[in-house]
Amino acid sequence: MSVVTCDVAILGAGIVGAACARALANAGMRVTVIDGRGIAGGATAAGMGHITVMDDSEAQFALTSYSQQLWNELSEQLPDDAEYVKTGTLWLAADDDEMAAARAKHAYYEARGVATEVLDAWALAEAEPNLRPGLTGALRVVNESVIYPPCAARWLLEQARQQGATLALGQPVVQIDGALLRIHDGTTFSCGSMVHATGTWAAELFPGLPIRPRKGHLVITDRYPGFARHQLVELGYLKSAHGHTTESVAFNLQPRRTGQMLLGSSRQFDVLHKDVEPRMLNRMVARALAYMPRLAGLSAIRTWTGFRAATPDSLPLIGPAEVDRHYLATGHEGLGITTSLGTAELVACHLTGRSSAIPGLPYLPSRFKKGAPHG
Amino acid sequence: MGKRVTVTIEGCPVETQTGCSIAACVMQANGPALRQSVSGAPRGPFCGMGVCFECRMTVDGTLHQRTCMVNCRDGMRIQNEPATQAPVTPASKIEADVIVIGAGPGGIAAAVCAAEAGRRVALIDDNPEGGGQIWRRDAGKPPPRLAADWLKRLDRNKVDVFTHTQILGSAGPGTLRADGPAGPRAVHHGRLILACGARERFVPFPGWTLPGVFGAGGLQALVKSGYAVRGQRIVVAGSGPLLLAVAAFLHEHDANVRLVAEQTPRGKLVRFGASLVLRQPAKIAEAIGLRWRVRGVPFRAGCWPLGCEGDGRIVAVTLTDGKNTWTEPCDALACGFGLVPNTELPRHLGCTLDRGSVRVDDLQQTTVPGVYAVGELTGIGGLDKALLEGQIAGWAATDQADRARTMQEARRKTPRFATLLEDTFSLRPELRELARDDTLVCRCEDVPFGVLKQFSDWRDAKLQTRCGTGPCQGRVCGPAVEFLFGWVHESGRLPIFPTALGNLIEAPM
Repeated sequence: MSVVTCDVAILGAGIVGAACARALANAGMRVTVIDGRGIAGGATAAGMGHITVMDDSEAQFALTSYSQQLWNELSEQLPDDAEYVKTGTLWLAADDDEMAAARAKHAYYEARGVATEVLDAWALAEAEPNLRPGLTGALRVVNESVIYPPCAARWLLEQARQQGATLALGQPVVQIDGALLRIHDGTTFSCGSMVHATGTWAAELFPGLPIRPRKGHLVITDRYPGFARHQLVELGYLKSAHGHTTESVAFNLQPRRTGQMLLGSSRQFDVLHKDVEPRMLNRMVARALAYMPRLAGLSAIRTWTGFRAATPDSLPLIGPAEVDRHYLATGHEGLGITTSLGTAELVACHLTGRSSAIPGLPYLPSRFKKGAPHG
Repeated sequence: MGKRVTVTIEGCPVETQTGCSIAACVMQANGPALRQSVSGAPRGPFCGMGVCFECRMTVDGTLHQRTCMVNCRDGMRIQNEPATQAPVTPASKIEADVIVIGAGPGGIAAAVCAAEAGRRVALIDDNPEGGGQIWRRDAGKPPPRLAADWLKRLDRNKVDVFTHTQILGSAGPGTLRADGPAGPRAVHHGRLILACGARERFVPFPGWTLPGVFGAGGLQALVKSGYAVRGQRIVVAGSGPLLLAVAAFLHEHDANVRLVAEQTPRGKLVRFGASLVLRQPAKIAEAIGLRWRVRGVPFRAGCWPLGCEGDGRIVAVTLTDGKNTWTEPCDALACGFGLVPNTELPRHLGCTLDRGSVRVDDLQQTTVPGVYAVGELTGIGGLDKALLEGQIAGWAATDQADRARTMQEARRKTPRFATLLEDTFSLRPELRELARDDTLVCRCEDVPFGVLKQFSDWRDAKLQTRCGTGPCQGRVCGPAVEFLFGWVHESGRLPIFPTALGNLIEAPM
């Protein structure tokens, strides 16, 4: 039986695991990435790939804006099939209350150096002529982009491999015993540390981890280049994303570089099967048509679902787990594509002891340990 | 043919006739290329039966319409893509005790037998007319007698026939969602009989995406819908009994059929013929009849295409018999490598499959209670098998199990014929070597063989290359990839055919 020695084993070849592999390999560590499936088999394959800054908490803002900056720096190097496009994001305001929210968001972003502009109804109609008339306006966040996550994850892993990282794909982990980790084909790894970038599956290995799968539906259309130009998100999305109701939908449309329109979003707790549910699809599409009636005529070619790894405070779990030498990099909910790069930097700082560009404290898994909110 | 109508193609008036498909009309006017692929290559109609999405154009302002599935109407505006959108129209429902999906022989027989039992029956099909592929009407000609007899019974028993209606998937227990000329509609069913038929299997080879390369059954369908092949030099290549039928058909339509190239070796064909004489005299008579009808057309067994040449459309095909290789100038190539059942709907509904076919019991019941499957879905076996199974299902679904069982003896013979077909026309391994690195495998997303071969399974390949994620939903590349790499493609998510987004909103109940 072969025993492979490595400094760190990364469990999960999704975009978070891939980014961690790249960051740790760049830090000079011997890295092995292990996944029971292939590259980007879970939420990375299912997700939209919107690289966006969120402002619902200072900690969320810090991680998303730091990560977005890292993506922007990488964008020149990304391969063509990662389909990076700087579309900008339009947060759509349907009434005066939402317009006030857009202005508040504008002030928040401006104060922190994020380029935004407030669009009135006229400017919005000009920017996105297929939106319904009568919307109040929007906030445009200028430097946001979209990406095709599976290929971006593959590229991050290729970068890691160029620094000596190895991959063991299609081989589920069958046993973890101290520093030893055994995979299905019998290969055993002797690891200095293990990073768990396994999304919703992390809870299987760490019972009691405050992670709940939150199901989402998506629909993609045939190619309609120019039908929408920005990632379009209703401001009501924030309620949907950050509330913890059992079930919600919000209008979220992404123009892919191919000209395809990728339509979300839905959020459901407590549904564990991955079937596409006609009822949810119905609600989601109806919501979208209320913003963009002309979508009704676009040919929908595929639907699918995925599971976000949600935490009670909507912040990821990044840092030491309760078990010695095990680290977590999970719980990113709907922001894993954006925050993968920032997460990887924080993980690298934990493992190498170097200091991080943003404070890592808000994301430590230990925050849920002693009487933390929601437990 | 029907009456004269005028359509406009890119604003130019073109005179045609009712019963002529848009695809046929456009090819007639402008040649076989009618759109560009995602990477800008010229493409034209290919499968001829609504599977491949290669013939998409903008019709009366609606983008991405499959023009082989829509017949010309007076005043129709046909445009190259893209154009602006038309709004979705509201909907109505279809309701019956027995709903039959697919109006080929199996579906028609099932509908007739269920209706003769006094039940309310609706027969739904996505084509402009019933008949399926095998009884597809040759525009202007009367249907074959057997078809006419069944169609008469269909009529007499007041089966509601809904053509041009596409099933999209389940909308909950006892309800399907459909999309048709009257907009999205709910389909409420008691018992459900699936007769979704089969499509052609294609093996990618260099040049197979050139306009002028068609599916064998595909070209036949296009000619039946009005595409004239008079004088065209056509090579028919691939595998299976369909090739001879298509060659005979093209010959009768005054095409200059240069060659029928069957990849199966002569020895296997002879053994096949001998088995037919012993077991199925009717089949051999049919085969001899076909052979007689294509007198003067060279037929070569153990011969297959290596690739096509042409710039913007096919001009020649290179063939081999394993020893010699030669080039045959031609205007069209009709190719097909056997049939694969259309299992998307049964899979979507949760029916269990065995080796690519729907599992049924001796009353054609699938593993989902109240859902029956007949014809090619349960194993490729042709017309006789479909008619038999259709009748069994029609009776079984109307609580006449005893009557259905009277057909058992005849039915038991059909799987043997299906196995015989499968053995005789199994594809030779050399066909796996045809594709070069730059040969496209996924026609929707233009994914070449050389890129795909780096992957080890379907899901990885799909995620990294988009293979199978285009509008045909893997219907064309799925079976090809399975043949080339052994990866099994399984799709069955709502919608099982592309549809306007607006149709995903619940149709009125």
